[in-house]
Amino acid sequence: MSLIEVKNLEKIYANEGVKTPALRGATFSIEKGEFVGIMGPSGSGKSTLLHILGFLDEPTRGEYRFDGRIMDEYSNNEKAKIRNKKMGFIFQSFNLLPKTSVLENVKLPLLYSDIKKSKWNLLAKNAIESVGLSHRIAHEPSQLSGGEKQRVAIARALVNNPEVIFADEPTGNLDSQSGKMVMEILQKLNQKKGHTIILITHETYTAEHAKRIINVRDGQVVRDETVTRQRRAQEDFIK
Amino acid sequence: MKIANSLTTAFMGLKTNKTRSILTILGIVIGITAIILIVSLGKGAQNLILSQIQGLGSKTLVVIPGREPKGPSDAAQIFSDSLKEKDYNELQKKSNVPTLSGIMPIVFGGANASYQSETYRLTLFGASEIVGEMFDLHTQAGEFFTQEEIKGLSNGVVIGSKVKEELFGDSDAVGQKIKMKDKSFRVIGVLPKKGQASFFNFDETAIIPYTTAQKYIFGIHYFHRFIIEADSDKNIAQTVRDVQITLRNLHEITDPEKDDFFVQTQADLVLRLGIITSALTLFLVSVAAISLLVGGIGIMNIMLVSVTERTREIGLRKALGATERDILTQFLFESITLTGIGGLAGIALGATLSFIISLIIKSVSTFGWEFSFPLSAALLGFFVSASIGLIFGIYPARKAARKHPIDALRYE
Repeated sequence: MSLIEVKNLEKIYANEGVKTPALRGATFSIEKGEFVGIMGPSGSGKSTLLHILGFLDEPTRGEYRFDGRIMDEYSNNEKAKIRNKKMGFIFQSFNLLPKTSVLENVKLPLLYSDIKKSKWNLLAKNAIESVGLSHRIAHEPSQLSGGEKQRVAIARALVNNPEVIFADEPTGNLDSQSGKMVMEILQKLNQKKGHTIILITHETYTAEHAKRIINVRDGQVVRDETVTRQRRAQEDFIK
Repeated sequence: MKIANSLTTAFMGLKTNKTRSILTILGIVIGITAIILIVSLGKGAQNLILSQIQGLGSKTLVVIPGREPKGPSDAAQIFSDSLKEKDYNELQKKSNVPTLSGIMPIVFGGANASYQSETYRLTLFGASEIVGEMFDLHTQAGEFFTQEEIKGLSNGVVIGSKVKEELFGDSDAVGQKIKMKDKSFRVIGVLPKKGQASFFNFDETAIIPYTTAQKYIFGIHYFHRFIIEADSDKNIAQTVRDVQITLRNLHEITDPEKDDFFVQTQADLVLRLGIITSALTLFLVSVAAISLLVGGIGIMNIMLVSVTERTREIGLRKALGATERDILTQFLFESITLTGIGGLAGIALGATLSFIISLIIKSVSTFGWEFSFPLSAALLGFFVSASIGLIFGIYPARKAARKHPIDALRYE
């Protein structure tokens, strides 16, 4: 059983009577432990795809199975629970709460979990340590650089130890150096901790950090291939 | 999510959005304070007016010389000399007015009273021995003059508390001599501090026998008023009629239109002042309603804007696993806290301010102004602003919580 299975996924945005198709029958599946890059130019439907995979949006037509169960069968509360326990999100624009410390930001998903309050601080601190930001724990987002903000977002995505991490253009707003560091962390999470990672990008360079690249164009999968030589963020970094 | 967690989240939300929280609280505070202030001061004024009327008993009627003023041109008629000693004697007779239980002629006017080097301008009041009974006055020291003293044109005087204070300070007044119109008067009684009762502020008056007042002070042979008390409430109308008939006979008036006196009853006064007070009440209610509306719109705006502004935050929280209920609980607690703090602060501030203002009014004026806390206005103000705060705090949050998380996240 695949972790993620989509069949003929369609999404049509209706805005003031004008219908814009964003997905026109995408089909693929992703196994546990994969590192998949979803690539395509802007407007190709890759973000829409990610949002549907992450239960943040719903398809117009088609089938999406997460953990073997069809999405329609999940109630809204169950979807919230899945997002909380099994999914982690990293956004291009970080989406951190302003005027709230790094620690509190990372703790946010724990608020909505079943995990005991007494464990929150330890879990959040561990997650912050794993992205190398322990020295910034009491800082507010406005005091951090872009790269640091994104690492806080990664720590937040990690804190509930999710099965899959969705990263929507995580390096889009970062300089190349910070971008590399983010990619390094993502690769490490995939290799050492076994998190499934689904990464959206429009840059071939970034996509090549994944093990598999799904190419999307005009709402359809045009190519789906394994990366022969995965780019190592760490090596780049060392150079 | 547990309730305790929701509470923590709500407080963090309030702390993070400090300006917004303070503005919302301020809006509610100002709204409620305004209402309490307006209604409390209005009530104070209303009570003052009402207490003026109620100072006279409901069985009391007043005979006033002159034609009842119907317009500005009649004003001069008020000061007429139509009420004489003869009228007083006839009205006292049971055969003329059987339902009369008491009658007191009065004369009054301003006079300078002096004691040693102190001088005080007071209202001098010539009355009969039943003045205490009629106006429910009791001396705190000494006593009122007797019927014999009236007949004997006694020089006894009962002074109000303010007069005593101004002329004698802390020392005893009873037995001392004061001078009015070059005539020496012996203080036989002092009134306690009472404030305003009926039409006269007795604190600033001196009361002497009407006979003495007529002869030595005002130099007149008529009266300014007859104060009459009927034996019961039911007999007021009968008493008025008998008084009118008796006086018309004495004054040889056949056409009631040409009366040279008129009788005012408590009922007349209540009726007249009732119109004033109900207009006042209506005015207060409209002002309160307007301030409530303005305050409400202010709260609505702040809540609507600030919660809508946080649509992205709601989207993020949903993406991280918050359910619709979690979001609603958070915003409900936030709104309750804001409106609760604002409401209590508003009530406290409103009550304090109107209390202070009533103290100021009391100290700068001679009115018997009483502070009153308008509980119903406070509750209404609190209820309305709290409901507005809750509705407009939760409604946009609910709208945002119902969206797909990505739509809320992308909201701009």
